[in-house]
Amino acid sequence: MPKPGEFYQRDREWHPPALTRDYKTSVSRSPQYSLISLQNSVSEITGPVFGHNDIDPLDKDLIYNYAQPGESAIGERIILHGRVLDENGRPVPKTLVEAWQANAGGRYRHKKDTYLAPIDPNFGGCGRTLTDENGYYYFRTVKPGAYPWRNWVNSWRPAHIHMSIFGTGFAQRLITQCYFEGDPLIHKCPIVNTIPDPEAINRLIAPLDLNATIPLDTIAYKFDIVLRGRRSTLFENRLEGN
Amino acid sequence: MTQELNYLKETPSQTAGPYVHIGLAPGAAGFDLYKQELGWDIAGPNAKGERIRIEGIVIDGTGSPVKDVLLEAWQANADGNYAHPEGGGDVEQGFRGWGRVITDFETGEWGFNTIKPGSTQGRNVGTQAPHINLWIVARGINVGLNTRIYFDDEAEANAADPVLNLVEWERRRATLIAKRTERDGAVVYRFDVKLQGEDETVFFDI
Repeated sequence: MPKPGEFYQRDREWHPPALTRDYKTSVSRSPQYSLISLQNSVSEITGPVFGHNDIDPLDKDLIYNYAQPGESAIGERIILHGRVLDENGRPVPKTLVEAWQANAGGRYRHKKDTYLAPIDPNFGGCGRTLTDENGYYYFRTVKPGAYPWRNWVNSWRPAHIHMSIFGTGFAQRLITQCYFEGDPLIHKCPIVNTIPDPEAINRLIAPLDLNATIPLDTIAYKFDIVLRGRRSTLFENRLEGN
Repeated sequence: MTQELNYLKETPSQTAGPYVHIGLAPGAAGFDLYKQELGWDIAGPNAKGERIRIEGIVIDGTGSPVKDVLLEAWQANADGNYAHPEGGGDVEQGFRGWGRVITDFETGEWGFNTIKPGSTQGRNVGTQAPHINLWIVARGINVGLNTRIYFDDEAEANAADPVLNLVEWERRRATLIAKRTERDGAVVYRFDVKLQGEDETVFFDI
Protein backbone atom coordinates (compact mmCIF):
# COMPACT_ATOMS: atom_id res chain seq x y z
CA MET A 1 0.00 0.00 0.00
CA PRO A 2 1.40 3.45 -0.88
CA LYS A 3 2.62 5.54 2.02
CA PRO A 4 0.74 8.72 2.86
CA GLY A 5 2.62 11.85 1.84
CA GLU A 6 1.92 15.56 2.13
CA PHE A 7 -1.48 17.08 2.66
CA TYR A 8 -3.30 18.41 -0.36
CA GLN A 9 -2.76 22.09 -0.76
CA ARG A 10 -5.35 24.23 0.97
CA ASP A 11 -7.74 25.89 -1.50
CA ARG A 12 -7.31 29.52 -0.54
CA GLU A 13 -10.10 30.64 -2.87
CA TRP A 14 -12.53 28.43 -0.95
CA HIS A 15 -11.52 29.72 2.47
CA PRO A 16 -12.07 33.36 3.38
CA PRO A 17 -9.23 35.69 2.42
CA ALA A 18 -7.34 37.42 5.24
CA LEU A 19 -8.64 40.88 4.37
CA THR A 20 -12.44 41.14 4.36
CA ARG A 21 -13.41 44.79 4.77
CA ASP A 22 -17.01 44.23 5.83
CA TYR A 23 -15.70 42.22 8.78
CA LYS A 24 -13.96 45.27 10.12
CA THR A 25 -11.65 43.65 12.65
CA SER A 26 -9.87 41.81 9.83
CA VAL A 27 -8.60 45.05 8.32
CA SER A 28 -5.77 45.64 10.79
CA ARG A 29 -5.23 41.95 11.56
CA SER A 30 -4.67 40.65 8.03
CA PRO A 31 -1.15 40.16 6.69
CA GLN A 32 -0.49 42.22 3.57
CA TYR A 33 2.26 40.07 2.11
CA SER A 34 1.45 36.79 0.44
CA LEU A 35 1.72 33.66 2.52
CA ILE A 36 4.83 31.71 1.62
CA SER A 37 3.83 28.31 0.32
CA LEU A 38 5.65 25.57 2.15
CA GLN A 39 5.75 21.95 1.12
CA ASN A 40 5.00 19.84 4.17
CA SER A 41 7.91 18.60 6.25
CA VAL A 42 7.69 16.33 9.27
CA SER A 43 6.80 19.46 11.26
CA GLU A 44 3.53 19.90 9.36
CA ILE A 45 2.60 16.26 8.75
CA THR A 46 2.69 15.52 12.46
CA GLY A 47 0.50 17.04 15.16
CA PRO A 48 -0.57 16.42 18.74
CA VAL A 49 -2.14 13.09 19.64
CA PHE A 50 -4.91 12.97 22.25
CA GLY A 51 -6.40 10.08 24.16
CA HIS A 52 -9.27 9.28 26.47
CA ASN A 53 -7.10 10.15 29.47
CA ASP A 54 -7.09 13.75 28.32
CA ILE A 55 -10.81 14.30 28.58
CA ASP A 56 -13.82 13.29 30.66
CA PRO A 57 -16.92 11.60 29.16
CA LEU A 58 -19.10 14.39 30.56
CA ASP A 59 -17.11 17.02 28.64
CA LYS A 60 -19.28 16.48 25.54
CA ASP A 61 -22.54 17.17 27.38
CA LEU A 62 -22.87 20.95 27.63
CA ILE A 63 -26.34 20.68 29.18
CA TYR A 64 -24.84 19.05 32.28
CA ASN A 65 -21.08 19.64 32.27
CA TYR A 66 -21.37 22.91 34.19
CA ALA A 67 -24.75 22.37 35.86
CA GLN A 68 -25.37 22.02 39.57
CA PRO A 69 -26.43 18.50 40.63
CA GLY A 70 -30.05 17.96 39.60
CA GLU A 71 -30.14 21.00 37.35
CA SER A 72 -29.48 21.58 33.65
CA ALA A 73 -28.85 24.36 31.18
CA ILE A 74 -31.80 26.42 29.93
CA GLY A 75 -32.69 26.40 26.25
CA GLU A 76 -33.71 24.28 23.30
CA ARG A 77 -32.07 20.90 23.84
CA ILE A 78 -30.09 19.79 20.82
CA ILE A 79 -27.74 17.04 19.73
CA LEU A 80 -25.03 18.20 17.37
CA HIS A 81 -23.46 15.23 15.66
CA GLY A 82 -21.55 14.28 12.54
CA ARG A 83 -18.38 12.80 11.19
CA VAL A 84 -14.90 14.13 10.71
CA LEU A 85 -13.65 13.00 7.31
CA ASP A 86 -10.67 13.91 5.18
CA GLU A 87 -10.83 15.06 1.57
CA ASN A 88 -10.33 11.47 0.46
CA GLY A 89 -13.59 10.62 2.22
CA ARG A 90 -11.86 8.60 4.94
CA PRO A 91 -12.91 8.99 8.56
CA VAL A 92 -10.51 10.76 10.92
CA PRO A 93 -10.63 8.62 14.07
CA LYS A 94 -9.71 9.61 17.62
CA THR A 95 -9.26 13.26 16.83
CA LEU A 96 -10.09 15.99 19.29
CA VAL A 97 -13.16 18.12 18.56
CA GLU A 98 -13.78 21.12 20.79
CA ALA A 99 -16.88 23.31 20.77
CA TRP A 100 -17.82 26.60 22.40
CA GLN A 101 -20.87 28.79 22.21
CA ALA A 102 -23.13 31.43 23.75
CA ASN A 103 -26.03 30.33 25.93
CA ALA A 104 -29.66 30.24 24.78
CA GLY A 105 -29.94 33.98 25.34
CA GLY A 106 -26.87 34.77 23.25
CA ARG A 107 -24.53 35.48 26.19
CA TYR A 108 -21.05 34.03 26.54
CA ARG A 109 -19.60 33.10 29.88
CA HIS A 110 -16.52 35.27 29.36
CA LYS A 111 -15.04 38.15 31.32
CA LYS A 112 -15.14 40.23 28.18
CA ASP A 113 -18.80 39.66 27.21
CA THR A 114 -21.07 42.34 28.64
CA TYR A 115 -24.25 41.70 26.61
CA LEU A 116 -27.37 42.27 28.73
CA ALA A 117 -28.78 38.76 28.25
CA PRO A 118 -28.22 36.89 31.52
CA ILE A 119 -25.60 34.28 32.26
CA ASP A 120 -27.17 30.84 32.80
CA PRO A 121 -25.72 29.59 36.10
CA ASN A 122 -25.92 26.03 34.81
CA PHE A 123 -24.26 26.58 31.45
CA GLY A 124 -20.54 26.92 30.84
CA GLY A 125 -20.54 26.90 27.07
CA CYS A 126 -17.72 24.59 26.12
CA GLY A 127 -17.34 20.92 25.36
CA ARG A 128 -14.89 18.48 23.82
CA THR A 129 -14.83 14.93 22.60
CA LEU A 130 -12.77 12.48 20.58
CA THR A 131 -14.12 11.02 17.36
CA ASP A 132 -14.64 7.26 17.41
CA GLU A 133 -12.99 4.81 15.01
CA ASN A 134 -15.46 5.88 12.28
CA GLY A 135 -14.73 9.57 12.75
CA TYR A 136 -18.09 10.07 14.47
CA TYR A 137 -18.64 12.66 17.20
CA TYR A 138 -21.61 14.08 19.09
CA PHE A 139 -22.38 16.76 21.62
CA ARG A 140 -25.49 17.50 23.65
CA THR A 141 -26.12 21.17 24.27
CA VAL A 142 -28.68 23.95 24.01
CA LYS A 143 -29.17 25.89 20.82
CA PRO A 144 -27.26 29.15 21.20
CA GLY A 145 -29.04 32.48 20.83
CA ALA A 146 -28.27 35.20 18.32
CA TYR A 147 -26.52 38.23 19.74
CA PRO A 148 -25.55 41.76 18.69
CA TRP A 149 -21.95 42.73 18.05
CA ARG A 150 -20.16 45.91 17.14
CA ASN A 151 -19.40 45.72 13.48
CA TRP A 152 -22.09 47.93 12.07
CA VAL A 153 -24.40 49.42 14.70
CA ASN A 154 -27.07 46.83 14.00
CA SER A 155 -25.07 43.67 13.37
CA TRP A 156 -26.30 40.36 14.79
CA ARG A 157 -24.50 37.07 14.77
CA PRO A 158 -26.61 34.11 13.66
CA ALA A 159 -26.84 31.30 16.19
CA HIS A 160 -23.56 29.42 15.92
CA ILE A 161 -21.26 26.97 17.64
CA HIS A 162 -17.52 27.41 17.28
CA MET A 163 -15.69 24.18 16.42
CA SER A 164 -11.98 23.40 16.72
CA ILE A 165 -10.57 20.26 15.08
CA PHE A 166 -7.06 18.82 15.02
CA GLY A 167 -6.78 15.91 12.59
CA THR A 168 -3.51 13.99 12.53
CA GLY A 169 -1.16 16.73 11.33
CA PHE A 170 -0.63 20.37 12.27
CA ALA A 171 -1.40 21.27 8.65
CA GLN A 172 -4.99 20.10 9.20
CA ARG A 173 -5.61 22.36 12.19
CA LEU A 174 -8.94 24.10 11.69
CA ILE A 175 -11.36 26.36 13.50
CA THR A 176 -14.77 27.01 12.02
CA GLN A 177 -18.34 27.84 13.01
CA CYS A 178 -21.48 25.75 12.68
CA TYR A 179 -24.73 27.54 11.79
CA PHE A 180 -28.29 26.19 11.86
CA GLU A 181 -30.65 25.58 8.98
CA GLY A 182 -33.31 28.21 8.53
CA ASP A 183 -31.65 31.04 10.44
CA PRO A 184 -32.42 34.29 8.56
CA LEU A 185 -29.33 35.98 10.03
CA ILE A 186 -26.82 33.67 8.33
CA HIS A 187 -26.63 35.42 5.00
CA LYS A 188 -26.61 38.88 6.58
CA CYS A 189 -23.57 38.14 8.73
CA PRO A 190 -20.28 39.80 7.72
CA ILE A 191 -18.32 36.95 9.29
CA VAL A 192 -20.24 34.32 7.32
CA ASN A 193 -19.81 36.47 4.23
CA THR A 194 -16.03 36.49 4.54
CA ILE A 195 -16.39 33.20 2.65
CA PRO A 196 -16.61 34.07 -1.03
CA ASP A 197 -18.28 30.93 -2.40
CA PRO A 198 -21.98 30.39 -1.52
CA GLU A 199 -21.42 26.65 -1.81
CA ALA A 200 -18.72 26.88 0.86
CA ILE A 201 -21.07 28.81 3.14
CA ASN A 202 -23.67 26.07 2.76
CA ARG A 203 -21.11 23.64 4.12
CA LEU A 204 -21.27 25.44 7.47
CA ILE A 205 -25.05 25.20 7.85
CA ALA A 206 -26.15 22.16 9.81
CA PRO A 207 -29.47 20.68 8.68
CA LEU A 208 -32.16 19.56 11.05
CA ASP A 209 -31.75 15.79 11.42
CA LEU A 210 -35.01 14.29 12.59
CA ASN A 211 -33.59 10.78 12.40
CA ALA A 212 -31.08 11.64 15.11
CA THR A 213 -33.46 13.29 17.54
CA ILE A 214 -34.43 11.67 20.81
CA PRO A 215 -38.23 11.77 20.48
CA LEU A 216 -39.97 13.84 23.17
CA ASP A 217 -36.56 14.87 24.49
CA THR A 218 -33.91 16.45 22.23
CA ILE A 219 -33.84 17.74 18.65
CA ALA A 220 -30.80 17.12 16.42
CA TYR A 221 -28.64 18.83 13.81
CA LYS A 222 -25.96 17.18 11.70
CA PHE A 223 -22.61 18.81 11.06
CA ASP A 224 -20.00 16.91 9.09
CA ILE A 225 -16.47 18.30 9.04
CA VAL A 226 -13.88 17.71 6.31
CA LEU A 227 -10.16 18.13 6.98
CA ARG A 228 -7.40 18.20 4.39
CA GLY A 229 -6.55 14.87 2.78
CA ARG A 230 -3.10 13.44 2.13
CA ARG A 231 -1.66 12.35 -1.13
CA SER A 232 -0.24 8.87 -1.55
CA THR A 233 3.47 8.51 -2.16
CA LEU A 234 3.33 6.32 -5.25
CA PHE A 235 6.92 6.95 -6.24
CA GLU A 236 9.69 8.24 -4.02
CA ASN A 237 10.62 11.77 -4.94
CA ARG A 238 13.99 12.78 -3.54
CA LEU A 239 14.88 16.31 -4.38
CA GLU A 240 18.41 17.45 -3.61
CA GLY A 241 18.60 20.05 -0.90
CA ASN A 242 14.92 19.96 -0.17
CA MET B 1 -18.31 14.50 -19.82
CA THR B 2 -15.63 12.79 -17.82
CA GLN B 3 -15.70 10.65 -14.75
CA GLU B 4 -16.03 12.63 -11.55
CA LEU B 5 -13.26 13.16 -9.08
CA ASN B 6 -15.02 12.45 -5.86
CA TYR B 7 -12.75 14.28 -3.45
CA LEU B 8 -14.46 16.19 -0.69
CA LYS B 9 -13.74 19.87 -0.10
CA GLU B 10 -12.23 20.99 3.18
CA THR B 11 -14.63 22.65 5.60
CA PRO B 12 -14.10 26.40 5.25
CA SER B 13 -12.44 28.24 8.11
CA GLN B 14 -14.10 30.91 10.24
CA THR B 15 -12.56 33.24 12.76
CA ALA B 16 -12.04 31.93 16.29
CA GLY B 17 -13.70 35.11 17.51
CA PRO B 18 -13.16 37.09 20.70
CA TYR B 19 -14.31 34.30 23.02
CA VAL B 20 -11.99 31.55 21.83
CA HIS B 21 -10.84 31.10 25.42
CA ILE B 22 -14.21 29.72 26.45
CA GLY B 23 -13.65 26.75 24.23
CA LEU B 24 -9.93 26.23 24.33
CA ALA B 25 -8.83 27.71 27.66
CA PRO B 26 -11.93 28.24 29.84
CA GLY B 27 -9.81 29.07 32.88
CA ALA B 28 -8.68 32.22 31.09
CA ALA B 29 -12.29 33.11 30.30
CA GLY B 30 -12.93 33.09 34.03
CA PHE B 31 -14.35 29.67 34.86
CA ASP B 32 -13.08 26.19 35.56
CA LEU B 33 -15.05 23.55 33.78
CA TYR B 34 -12.60 20.82 32.85
CA LYS B 35 -10.69 18.67 35.29
CA GLN B 36 -7.64 19.35 33.16
CA GLU B 37 -7.11 21.90 30.45
CA LEU B 38 -4.98 20.83 27.53
CA GLY B 39 -1.74 22.29 26.29
CA TRP B 40 -0.36 24.01 29.40
CA ASP B 41 2.61 21.64 29.73
CA ILE B 42 4.48 21.25 26.48
CA ALA B 43 7.58 19.30 27.42
CA GLY B 44 6.60 17.42 30.60
CA PRO B 45 8.90 16.66 33.52
CA ASN B 46 11.17 14.11 31.83
CA ALA B 47 12.24 15.92 28.70
CA LYS B 48 15.95 16.35 28.27
CA GLY B 49 17.46 19.43 26.68
CA GLU B 50 17.69 23.05 27.65
CA ARG B 51 14.73 24.51 29.55
CA ILE B 52 13.70 27.75 27.92
CA ARG B 53 10.92 30.30 27.98
CA ILE B 54 9.60 32.08 24.92
CA GLU B 55 7.78 35.39 25.29
CA GLY B 56 6.26 37.83 22.88
CA ILE B 57 3.39 39.96 21.83
CA VAL B 58 1.25 39.97 18.70
CA ILE B 59 0.96 43.43 17.13
CA ASP B 60 -1.70 44.51 14.63
CA GLY B 61 -1.39 46.90 11.70
CA THR B 62 -2.05 49.93 13.89
CA GLY B 63 0.88 48.99 16.15
CA SER B 64 -1.42 47.89 18.97
CA PRO B 65 -1.14 44.63 20.88
CA VAL B 66 -3.65 41.93 19.97
CA LYS B 67 -4.92 41.11 23.43
CA ASP B 68 -7.41 38.38 22.53
CA VAL B 69 -5.11 36.17 20.46
CA LEU B 70 -4.56 32.46 21.13
CA LEU B 71 -1.47 30.64 19.92
CA GLU B 72 -0.62 26.98 19.61
CA ALA B 73 2.93 25.70 19.53
CA TRP B 74 4.10 22.41 17.99
CA GLN B 75 7.66 21.21 18.36
CA ALA B 76 10.05 18.29 18.43
CA ASN B 77 11.99 17.17 21.50
CA ALA B 78 15.71 17.75 21.98
CA ASP B 79 16.46 14.77 19.72
CA GLY B 80 14.37 16.25 16.93
CA ASN B 81 11.53 13.75 17.29
CA TYR B 82 7.85 14.66 17.35
CA ALA B 83 5.37 12.93 19.67
CA HIS B 84 3.52 11.37 16.76
CA PRO B 85 3.59 7.98 14.98
CA GLU B 86 5.41 9.60 12.04
CA GLY B 87 7.50 11.86 14.25
CA GLY B 88 10.91 10.34 13.59
CA GLY B 89 11.51 8.40 16.80
CA ASP B 90 10.76 8.04 20.49
CA VAL B 91 10.13 10.93 22.85
CA GLU B 92 10.31 11.09 26.63
CA GLN B 93 7.36 9.96 28.73
CA GLY B 94 5.10 12.99 29.15
CA PHE B 95 6.54 14.94 26.21
CA ARG B 96 3.68 16.08 23.97
CA GLY B 97 5.37 18.93 22.15
CA TRP B 98 2.14 20.86 21.85
CA GLY B 99 1.06 23.88 23.79
CA ARG B 100 -1.70 26.39 23.98
CA VAL B 101 -0.71 29.94 24.81
CA ILE B 102 -2.95 32.78 25.87
CA THR B 103 -2.21 36.43 26.48
CA ASP B 104 -2.52 38.72 29.42
CA PHE B 105 -5.82 40.42 28.52
CA GLU B 106 -4.50 43.78 29.75
CA THR B 107 -1.18 43.87 27.92
CA GLY B 108 -1.31 41.22 25.19
CA GLU B 109 1.97 39.71 26.44
CA TRP B 110 2.25 35.93 26.21
CA GLY B 111 4.85 33.37 27.14
CA PHE B 112 5.38 29.65 27.50
CA ASN B 113 7.92 27.29 29.03
CA THR B 114 9.34 24.39 27.08
CA ILE B 115 12.61 22.80 26.07
CA LYS B 116 14.65 23.87 23.10
CA PRO B 117 13.91 21.49 20.22
CA GLY B 118 16.63 19.72 18.28
CA SER B 119 17.15 19.75 14.55
CA THR B 120 14.54 17.76 12.65
CA GLN B 121 14.65 15.84 9.42
CA GLY B 122 14.12 17.85 6.26
CA ARG B 123 11.37 17.15 3.79
CA ASN B 124 13.29 14.49 1.96
CA VAL B 125 16.96 14.95 2.70
CA GLY B 126 18.98 17.17 5.02
CA THR B 127 17.86 18.73 8.27
CA GLN B 128 15.80 21.64 9.47
CA ALA B 129 17.23 24.01 12.07
CA PRO B 130 15.60 23.84 15.52
CA HIS B 131 12.22 25.51 15.32
CA ILE B 132 8.74 25.60 16.79
CA ASN B 133 5.65 25.79 14.59
CA LEU B 134 3.19 28.43 15.71
CA TRP B 135 -0.49 28.72 14.83
CA ILE B 136 -2.25 31.99 15.60
CA VAL B 137 -6.00 32.55 15.84
CA ALA B 138 -8.06 35.52 17.01
CA ARG B 139 -11.01 37.73 16.25
CA GLY B 140 -10.33 39.28 12.87
CA ILE B 141 -8.16 36.38 11.66
CA ASN B 142 -10.26 34.44 9.17
CA VAL B 143 -7.90 31.49 8.71
CA GLY B 144 -5.37 30.58 11.41
CA LEU B 145 -1.91 31.95 10.62
CA ASN B 146 1.09 29.63 10.53
CA THR B 147 4.59 30.79 11.28
CA ARG B 148 7.78 29.36 12.80
CA ILE B 149 10.02 30.34 15.69
CA TYR B 150 13.75 29.86 15.06
CA PHE B 151 16.55 30.69 17.53
CA ASP B 152 19.21 33.35 17.10
CA ASP B 153 21.92 31.22 18.76
CA GLU B 154 21.61 28.69 15.92
CA ALA B 155 23.08 30.90 13.22
CA GLU B 156 24.85 28.08 11.38
CA ALA B 157 21.83 25.79 11.32
CA ASN B 158 19.54 28.68 10.40
CA ALA B 159 21.75 29.58 7.44
CA ALA B 160 21.27 26.07 6.07
CA ASP B 161 17.57 25.74 6.90
CA PRO B 162 15.45 24.92 3.85
CA VAL B 163 12.41 26.84 5.07
CA LEU B 164 14.25 30.04 6.04
CA ASN B 165 15.98 29.88 2.69
CA LEU B 166 12.63 29.71 0.98
CA VAL B 167 12.02 33.28 2.15
CA GLU B 168 13.41 35.22 -0.77
CA TRP B 169 13.88 38.49 1.13
CA GLU B 170 16.72 38.04 3.58
CA ARG B 171 15.58 40.84 5.84
CA ARG B 172 12.19 39.20 6.26
CA ARG B 173 13.85 36.02 7.57
CA ALA B 174 14.73 37.95 10.72
CA THR B 175 11.01 38.06 11.62
CA LEU B 176 11.19 34.31 12.26
CA ILE B 177 14.14 34.35 14.65
CA ALA B 178 13.69 34.66 18.41
CA LYS B 179 16.27 36.64 20.39
CA ARG B 180 17.94 34.95 23.31
CA THR B 181 18.26 36.78 26.63
CA GLU B 182 18.73 35.75 30.25
CA ARG B 183 16.61 36.78 33.19
CA ASP B 184 17.37 35.69 36.74
CA GLY B 185 19.54 32.90 35.39
CA ALA B 186 16.81 31.54 33.09
CA VAL B 187 16.89 31.54 29.30
CA VAL B 188 14.15 33.68 27.75
CA TYR B 189 13.68 34.14 24.02
CA ARG B 190 11.75 37.11 22.68
CA PHE B 191 9.51 36.54 19.66
CA ASP B 192 7.14 39.32 18.64
CA VAL B 193 4.69 38.76 15.82
CA LYS B 194 3.60 41.57 13.53
CA LEU B 195 0.43 40.78 11.66
CA GLN B 196 0.78 43.67 9.26
CA GLY B 197 2.90 46.65 8.33
CA GLU B 198 6.60 47.31 8.68
CA ASP B 199 8.52 44.11 9.42
CA GLU B 200 5.40 42.01 8.98
CA THR B 201 6.10 38.48 10.19
CA VAL B 202 6.50 35.81 7.54
CA PHE B 203 3.45 33.55 7.49
CA PHE B 204 3.32 30.25 5.69
CA ASP B 205 0.71 28.39 3.70
CA ILE B 206 1.64 24.96 5.02
